[in-house]
Amino acid sequence: MDTPTRERILSIRDLDISFATSSGMLHALRGIKLDLFRGETVAIVGESGSGKSVTAKAIMGILSSNGRINSGSIVYRHVAADGGAREYDIVRMSQKEVRSEICGKRIAMVFQDPMTSLNPTMTIGRQIMEAMRYHYGRSRSEARTRAEELLALVGIDNPGRRMRQYPNELSGGMRQRVVIAIALSCDPDILICDEPTTALDVTVQARILELIKDIQEKTRVTVIYITHNLGVVAKVADYVAVMYAGRIIEKGAIEEVFYDPRHPYTWGLLSSLPDTAGTAERLYSIPGNPINLLNEFPGDAFAPRNQLALNIDYRLPPPMFNVGGKHRVASWLAHERSPKVGLPVELRARIQSMLSENALDA
Amino acid sequence: MHEEPILRVESLRQHFRINRSFTVKAVEDVSFEIRRGETYGLVGESGSGKSTIGRSIIRLYKPTGGRVVFDGVELSGRLDAKASRHLRTRMQMIFQDPMASLNPRKKVIDIIAEGLDNHHLYTSARDREEKVLAILDKVGLSREHAKRYPHQFSGGQRQRIGIARALVMNPSLIIADEAISALDVSIQSQIVNLMKDIQKETRITYLFIAHDLSMVRYISDRIGVLHRGHLVEMGRTQEIFSRPLHPYTISLLSAIPKPDPRAARLSSSVPYDDAASGIDYAKGHVRHVAGDHYVLATEAEFAKWMAAPAART
Repeated sequence: MDTPTRERILSIRDLDISFATSSGMLHALRGIKLDLFRGETVAIVGESGSGKSVTAKAIMGILSSNGRINSGSIVYRHVAADGGAREYDIVRMSQKEVRSEICGKRIAMVFQDPMTSLNPTMTIGRQIMEAMRYHYGRSRSEARTRAEELLALVGIDNPGRRMRQYPNELSGGMRQRVVIAIALSCDPDILICDEPTTALDVTVQARILELIKDIQEKTRVTVIYITHNLGVVAKVADYVAVMYAGRIIEKGAIEEVFYDPRHPYTWGLLSSLPDTAGTAERLYSIPGNPINLLNEFPGDAFAPRNQLALNIDYRLPPPMFNVGGKHRVASWLAHERSPKVGLPVELRARIQSMLSENALDA
Repeated sequence: MHEEPILRVESLRQHFRINRSFTVKAVEDVSFEIRRGETYGLVGESGSGKSTIGRSIIRLYKPTGGRVVFDGVELSGRLDAKASRHLRTRMQMIFQDPMASLNPRKKVIDIIAEGLDNHHLYTSARDREEKVLAILDKVGLSREHAKRYPHQFSGGQRQRIGIARALVMNPSLIIADEAISALDVSIQSQIVNLMKDIQKETRITYLFIAHDLSMVRYISDRIGVLHRGHLVEMGRTQEIFSRPLHPYTISLLSAIPKPDPRAARLSSSVPYDDAASGIDYAKGHVRHVAGDHYVLATEAEFAKWMAAPAART
């Protein structure tokens, strides 16, 4: 999978964002570092309030008006068709520049609920053509041809007829396909999918995920998934970043994180899923609630919920430790002088059984 | 044989008349039983009628046809005062969105005590408070929480309030309609564990309505699979998962995302198109497979599915 010609397309450095709310400054992102490479899929996993959607919105340049970027950069590198490269720092661009250069054109987004992200008063066709005409000034007939191609690409039959229909005439899965077609209409380099299948049924969800994968193979688009569903992540992602309270606490290649998790929070997340064999008597649950982001805390935000927390976890935030390969973890447990704590027994057993089952299949 | 089931649903039908020429048949001829102390999972896609069944049973809708017998009391047709009281006190519901189902202008203590108030189930104000505080303890909230308002809680805590409100009536059946779908993963497992603990203690019965099959599998003793208002397959959880017969069930099970990267990459979902498959639910009958396992099929379909090798899930 690791080719020497990985082309970096986006790099986020030390991104730190706060929101002014009626109850004070909410410190939503606390220093994010993340790289994206062309054609790869990264999943950002976390609970609500962990900052995953804020990260996505910052990349798109569509933070809400009370958001403030305290520091950091989001550098997007665009290679034009003639080979000329240009770098944009999305953080430093004005809203107008973002609108005309980035948002919807180079970086497109698929939102959670297809009903609220489509305009109910416009036909499907016009909504797909809109962005192409705005960003590239395509003629109506050009745009129409392209829109029909896109509908065919996302697996909608009889595109000519669908173009004249309104969103309410389509089922949920079909609507989400239309939203994907709209997102792809300007040939973006990056496609951000924010919980793209949460509002859909499991059977439809599986098909939409398979569709996005197919499209990715055809167009080499980079995909960012924002989700809390680890099953979805396992199916689609090459890389995972696990977020907690505004920080990335563990990241790495998909197999590194799922088969060799290092952070106690990741252990908790994986353990709290129902066993595939459905045999366990009780589900593991992470005790307590996520911290309130209105408050500052000196150490590791997960420490109060972590039974394995060390003294230092309450005093100093852990740095990112390199634990081999692409695997990074922000936990003091990875420090060489920390006590050696292994995976919880049940989780270890579960991973073992997954691995041996896969070996049988192969 | 078995003791009398706590809930018996016979040929339940629920239609919604939209206008003179169009009626939505949300539930068609659904029959099942729930045994005392078990958890029965109803699964299906949106529009399959699973929530409608829950709401018809607890009489948020008036069923179009069929019988519902709860705890030996007939709940179909017009309810007399006694049956109504029995239903409203002994059967409770937990809703999906705890923010939308809790009155934002009431304190937690008054939200939880509302059922007690309506049915005059306490002797004094002191008694009322004691009952609420005891329930708060049980669902893992503290006593100080009683004087707060719903917006002061997190999603998981709000759902605990929803559970407390149901439990305070000391019901024998709780209908949980997508009760954990709106919660975060780490909180989902807390709520599921809480529900299981309460069940162990009180032998309460749950009708668990959800679309998340992995959770349903974990919590349910028996499962009913719904599609287009028909119960297409039902049986013990183990039976359904190890040997799904109906093509819709097979498709549904194949679509569960597994948190195992290698296995997830190898597997692909099995599509199901009931129009193309030529299965007409109205023609099928419920047929016995083995044990508690039943499937809705015509004779030819049944023979074909039984002959097929067991699908892997």
